[in-house]
Amino acid sequence: MVNVGTDRVKRGMAEMQKGGVIMDVVNAEQAKIAEEAGAVAVMALERVPSDIRKAGGVARMADPTIVEEVMNAVSIPVMAKARIGHIVEARVLESMGVDYIDESEVLTPADEVFHLNKKDYTVPFVCGCRNLGEAARRIGEGASMLRTKGEPGTGNIVEAVRHMRQVNAEVRQLVNMSVDEVMTYAKDLGAPYEVLLQIREEGRLPVVNFAAGGVATPADAALMMQLGADGVFVGSGIFKSDNPEKFAKAIVEATTHFEDYELIAKVSKGLGEAMKGIEISTIQPHERMQDRGW
Amino acid sequence: MVTVGVLGLQGAVREHIRSIEASGARAVVVKKVAQLDDIDGLILPGGESTTMRRLIDQYGFLEPLRQFGQSKKPIFGTCAGLILLAKEITNQSTVHLGLMDMTVTRNAFGRQKDSFEATLAIDGVADDYNAVFIRAPYIERVGEHVKVLATYDEAIVAAEEGPFLCTAFHPELTEDHRLAHYFVEKVKESKKLLQESQ
Repeated sequence: MVNVGTDRVKRGMAEMQKGGVIMDVVNAEQAKIAEEAGAVAVMALERVPSDIRKAGGVARMADPTIVEEVMNAVSIPVMAKARIGHIVEARVLESMGVDYIDESEVLTPADEVFHLNKKDYTVPFVCGCRNLGEAARRIGEGASMLRTKGEPGTGNIVEAVRHMRQVNAEVRQLVNMSVDEVMTYAKDLGAPYEVLLQIREEGRLPVVNFAAGGVATPADAALMMQLGADGVFVGSGIFKSDNPEKFAKAIVEATTHFEDYELIAKVSKGLGEAMKGIEISTIQPHERMQDRGW
Repeated sequence: MVTVGVLGLQGAVREHIRSIEASGARAVVVKKVAQLDDIDGLILPGGESTTMRRLIDQYGFLEPLRQFGQSKKPIFGTCAGLILLAKEITNQSTVHLGLMDMTVTRNAFGRQKDSFEATLAIDGVADDYNAVFIRAPYIERVGEHVKVLATYDEAIVAAEEGPFLCTAFHPELTEDHRLAHYFVEKVKESKKLLQESQ
């Protein structure tokens, strides 16, 4: 008997990415730099989040030509972003054979009420979360991987830290609850009861959880690993820095050896200017990507 | 008790640790070269083989890992680990550890959407093994000293050569620890032989 697209196959793919860095790329050349630096996967998109922020307007799925070009350039897995709730963008990416779809708040949502029913697809999905409620709802819809949202395109780690701490604190709280407290907790969080029961039983989320949204330096990446991330997404941080090759390698090394401070010091030397950051309080509420998703 | 290390540079490390412990051996995550001296057998886990090779080079693991294998200590490679063990890789000039006389093809079953689970017979291990294939490689050719343990759709997906064992699928992703157990038994035997020869 042969089964494709099972939970085990979809979640397992994310398990293989653990301890690694997934990098945003906008063309084949960047994809090769990322692969060469040791990225475990690349995210093919039309603009990195900081440019999406600058450009304004509606951000959509990338031109399939870009995705295809990246898929042909590297042998590591290729991910691509679809708008929240955009069934057709997701199906198009699936038909092209991308390895993972990010139903992403970085793009302008197509549906302000519903996310995709990700169980319907053979391709696995990664989704953003800021707390256990969001995490459990996305798992309930069939996400095979999570990433904390942070605030994409800012080069400011503060939101990524807040979300990782929040999710992990709530998981710990849940694990220490007695079973009769879980239903009310599910009601308070707006989370599916069965998913919470499973998390309580296993003592951790049933899928891999990476950190995203604001990682700009090797030390930022190592910080997220110390806070319990299974790996790191780096969006604008790499190709908006002065020396992408060196920067990409440094981030990979710091992620692998997130507790080796001498090594992090060594790889951080002479990297040149990191991307210019944005203070979160200067971002207008309607421009905060993390608030997208329901 | 024997100690089995899991190369912990990247990939599904935690799952292997769990299945080794369930098979009655001590398990350690190997992140530094010096740790190779303290283990009786080693698992090269699933992950991204390109990424693992970069990290192996960066931390000077390549020669020590080859020597570990040449000293006849058992190594078990799963998926990316199988690619690391092979002497030849289709359409690729760089090989990694080159410890097993076989040619492997990467992503041989297709992309992620083609990843699958299937029931396999594994010689000497199980005849109803649920194997999880994720962007998996397969073995195109084996040398005369390599024993084929399992095939799927005529492709070789598990093999053994002396102290080396490899699978194209991921035994660590299921609760079935029979392959881990098989490897732990191999490690026990090799430790006994090494002790006797000293």
